[in-house]
Parts: sequence; structure tokens; C-alpha cells
Amino acid sequence: MNNRLYGNLIFELSKEGRKGYSLPTNHFGNYEIPASICRANDAELPACDELTVVRHYTNLSNNNFGVDTGFYPLGSCTMKYNPKINEEMAALPQFQNLHPLQPESTVMGAKALVLFLEESLCALTGLAHFTFKPYAGAHGELTGLMTIDNYHRSRGDMARKKVIVPDSAHGTNPASAAVCGLEILEVKSDANGQVDLVDLKRLVEAEGPNISAMMMTNPNTLGLFETSIPEIAKLIHDCGGLMYYDGANLNPMLGVCRPGDMGFDVMHINLHKTFSTPHGGGGPGAGPVGVREGLQDFFPYVSPHHGNFGVMMRACAYILSLGGEQIKNVGPLATLNANYIKESLKDVYELPIDGLCCHEFVFDGLKDKSTGVTTMDVAKRLLDYGYHAPTIYFPLLFHESLMIEPTENESKETLDNFIAVMRKIAEEAKTDPDEVKSAPHNTPIGRVDDVLAAKHPIVTYRALKNEEVKE
Amino acid sequence: MAKVIEGLYYSESHEYLKVEGNIGIIGITDYAQKALGNVVYVDMPDVDDEVEAGAEFGAVESVKAASDLNSPISGTVVEVNEALEDAPELINQDAYENWIIKVERSDPSEVENLMDAAAYEAFCEKEH
Repeated sequence: MNNRLYGNLIFELSKEGRKGYSLPTNHFGNYEIPASICRANDAELPACDELTVVRHYTNLSNNNFGVDTGFYPLGSCTMKYNPKINEEMAALPQFQNLHPLQPESTVMGAKALVLFLEESLCALTGLAHFTFKPYAGAHGELTGLMTIDNYHRSRGDMARKKVIVPDSAHGTNPASAAVCGLEILEVKSDANGQVDLVDLKRLVEAEGPNISAMMMTNPNTLGLFETSIPEIAKLIHDCGGLMYYDGANLNPMLGVCRPGDMGFDVMHINLHKTFSTPHGGGGPGAGPVGVREGLQDFFPYVSPHHGNFGVMMRACAYILSLGGEQIKNVGPLATLNANYIKESLKDVYELPIDGLCCHEFVFDGLKDKSTGVTTMDVAKRLLDYGYHAPTIYFPLLFHESLMIEPTENESKETLDNFIAVMRKIAEEAKTDPDEVKSAPHNTPIGRVDDVLAAKHPIVTYRALKNEEVKE
Repeated sequence: MAKVIEGLYYSESHEYLKVEGNIGIIGITDYAQKALGNVVYVDMPDVDDEVEAGAEFGAVESVKAASDLNSPISGTVVEVNEALEDAPELINQDAYENWIIKVERSDPSEVENLMDAAAYEAFCEKEH
């Protein structure tokens, strides 16, 4: 079978009466389940033999793309390699078989691990305390903002309901603020892609007593290090607000500089980005929240246990395998790789803000726009050459954003091959634009109709069946 | 090149305003629809809602991004373009023909804060 064309649904392989199990003889008699809790109709589960199930999922997994199969320069997501030792550590039965509700005296090892991770994160960020309850990055953002809101309210400072967010911010920032019941004030970027201090001063003057916090990502989503942080922190602190650090782009800072030293009061860390825990396909993630001394009393109740404990174990394994000295190389190497790609491509791709970047950077599409080949086309064409596409059309500051983040893991050969392919696509855009505009050609599914997918998504087998009936 | 129509007023966030007596007809410009790409959803206010100059009144969602709609003027919504509920792509076909809301204007002098066609054309040149 051609795996590349595998596209069956398990339901389509179902044959009535087939099964992959045989139950032992029942020696215990039947238990009468009350009719009130029985389902009205049988579950419509597919009926397949074991081999069919194994082949189905193996073939599907061969259609998958991950860091283990190829280069994955998805900007802002830090798709770094997840070392296999992390998995070995998380699979230790002494930890894996713990129950969250077993007596505390029997889980001292797990508690020591949490404490070790907290101390490590404090040392790396310059903050004083961490909570591990949040289950992912955005959950961490919400937890952090709730902490800040609790702090203001504890002081009777009830008017502070507005959060300043840069126009280059991740969409989760305004979304988390809105979920927390806060109003968003957007601050503009200046010509260098950094927070516009004039606009910020205007906002602070107009709204000072209402400002709860300012959320910042540093380096920002353009991969640029914000150089006015001390001035920004002073402006916000002087008006009574707190500084929130979005840890999405912590990677290039690792072991180089610390949010706590820059004046940030609260932050979240995406363990699934910076600390090499699994990522994509739904995680599971972890978004621990760190705070300055004194703010730990205001952590809200967001979950009963320590988030995804297995993810924390993987992060510990990563920190311990690198050690205090090696971990300082993570940021500089990620920065070096990103700058290498940027400098090697900026003659054919439009670099809107020149200069050194950190771990990632953003092109504004191809330099030669006359061919009509867009960022979307370039991204689709990359799939043909076996690469995951970069992040596209984000940040919203440019029309044709193409955001590349190679991470520190990749060899020079991998980067050189990627650069060569990106240059080849730029050339194809001139010589054979239609080939690029109709890409991908070498994937199981070609160019999808994203308008139809957005307007009329069919995401369950039942919906697909109903669709067929209508036709 | 994006189309700009003489006689309309334009905002920096790329909405246009067509004035018909005390009624203001508001939509997004051709430049905005081109930049957004295929529009898949338009979030519109209800009739009788108040809108405020410079404040958000809805959103346009494309395959690329969701963008807030900002009202160029203040007033009360008197009509929304219901055709966009089922066919948001009309905005891509002709952004000026397919307006989004009609507003009864509360302050006629507000148009002075908006750009005319020539100024908006220059503004778009600078944007890119």
C-alpha cells in the first residue's frame, strides 16, 4: 500500500461482527444495570479485527509530521527536540503509578521533584515562587492575570481593570485578559518593531489609575529584544500597575538574562516550549506561573493538583541533563541559528526590520511581489520539500508575515538545506509561479479549500455521513 | 492597486463612510479586503446598538486573521447588511457595494476627523 495516500477513516473499515478481543468465561453472573443509566441506543463503534486497527493507525501515523521526522521551523512555537531521556524518566514506575490523592507521606519523592523544578525555574527567571497548577500556556496567562487581579483587589484598588497589550502580542494575551474580565488597551509598535513609548505614555497618562498590568513578550513576536524594558517597567509601576511576562519567547533568554531582573512581577513558562516537553497535537502542556516575593499569596485556585505532573518530570530531566553551565548555551545557539537563516535569505525575502534578531524573525513575504506568489504559497511549497511550514500571517503587523524559528537543536547542514530550499522556492516563484501557487503536490492531500473549511467544517464522521445523505 | 472612491470618508483602520443625509453607511475598504484575504465571517452589531467613533463595533474574520471593525463615527445602528451573514465573501467581490452597517449619525462634525479619497490613497501607499 502507498502510505502517502492513506486516508481511510476507521469507521470505513468497520465490518459488522468483527472484533479484536475475546472475553473470558463469566464466572460471576450478570449485574443488572439500572435502565435509568443505560444509553438509549448502542454506541456506534467501529468493528475491526486487531490487525486492521494496527495497520490503520500505523498508516495514519506515517502521514504525520513531527520534530522526530523533519525540520519544524514554526515561529513562536519553539518546536525543539524532545530528548528521549525525558520519556524514560517520566516512565519511571515509581512516579508513573502515583495517584494524586494518595497520602502525602508516601509521595515525598514527587514533592521533592516539584520543589527542585520550582527552585530551578526561580534561578532561571529571577522570580521567587512558582505554581504548577496551570495545564498549559494560556491557562498560565489566565492564572497570572487572576493573581494580579487578586492583588489589586486585596488592596481595595478596585478600578484596575485594564490591561495594556502591544499590537504585536500573541492573540492569547488579549484573550486571557478578556476571560479574566479585564479590558484591553492596545499599545502600538514603533518603526523598529518595539513598544512605542510615546503611545505607551499617552495610555498611562489617560488610564493610570485603571491599569492593572502590562503584558509583554520579550523578545517580542518579531524576535526583537525590547530595549526599553526598564523605562516601560518604571512607567507601569509608577502608575500602580504590574508587569506580566509572557514566557512564550523565553528560549533565547535562557541562562542569559532573567525577566525578574528586568522588572517583571508575574510570568508564565511554557514548559512544552523552552523545556523540551512534548508539544503539538494537543500537548499535554504545562504553564507554571512565577511571581515576585509577596505575590504568591494571591495565586487563584485553578486546579486541584500539580497540573500535568509527567510534563514536569520531563522538564526536570531536561534541566538536569543540560546542567547549570550547558543550559546557558540554549539561548545563544537558538539566536545564532535564527540570525544565520535570516542573513542567508534576506536578499530574496523581504526583511521589514533589519538588524539582529533573537530566536526567531519575520519576513514580509517574498522580496519580489510581482509574481503574485504569496506567503501562503511559499508555506505550501515547503511541504513539497519535506519541511513543516513556518508560522504565517502572524504577527499582524505585516500583510505577508512568515515567521521562522529554527531552535538551537538544528545542525548547520539542516539549516543550509532549508536555506537552499527557500531560495529555490523564491526562484520558482519567478520561473514557474503556477507550480508554487498550486502547491503542495507531494503530500497525501493537496491544496485544501481553507475558505470552505472555515465556513463549513466537517469534523466528525456523523457530520460527514449527514453530508452524504444531503447530496 | 486597491480601489478608492471619491466622495467617501476613510479611517486609518481602513473603514469607509458614505454619508447620505443623517445616515452613515459603513464598510471596509477595498485595500482592507485585499489585505485580509477571503472573508469567512462578519460579526455585526444589532439594530439600535450604539456605536462610538473609533470604538469597535464588530469583527471581520478571514482565513488569515480576525480584525476588529472600528466605527468611523458615533450614532445608532439602523440597519445591518444581513446578506453578509450567509455570504461574507460578498465583501471580497465588492467591498464598497457590500456595506456592513448603516448608522444614524449623532455628530455630523465627526467626518472632519476622517480622510478624503486622496489622503487615504496616500495613507495606503505609506502602509505598504
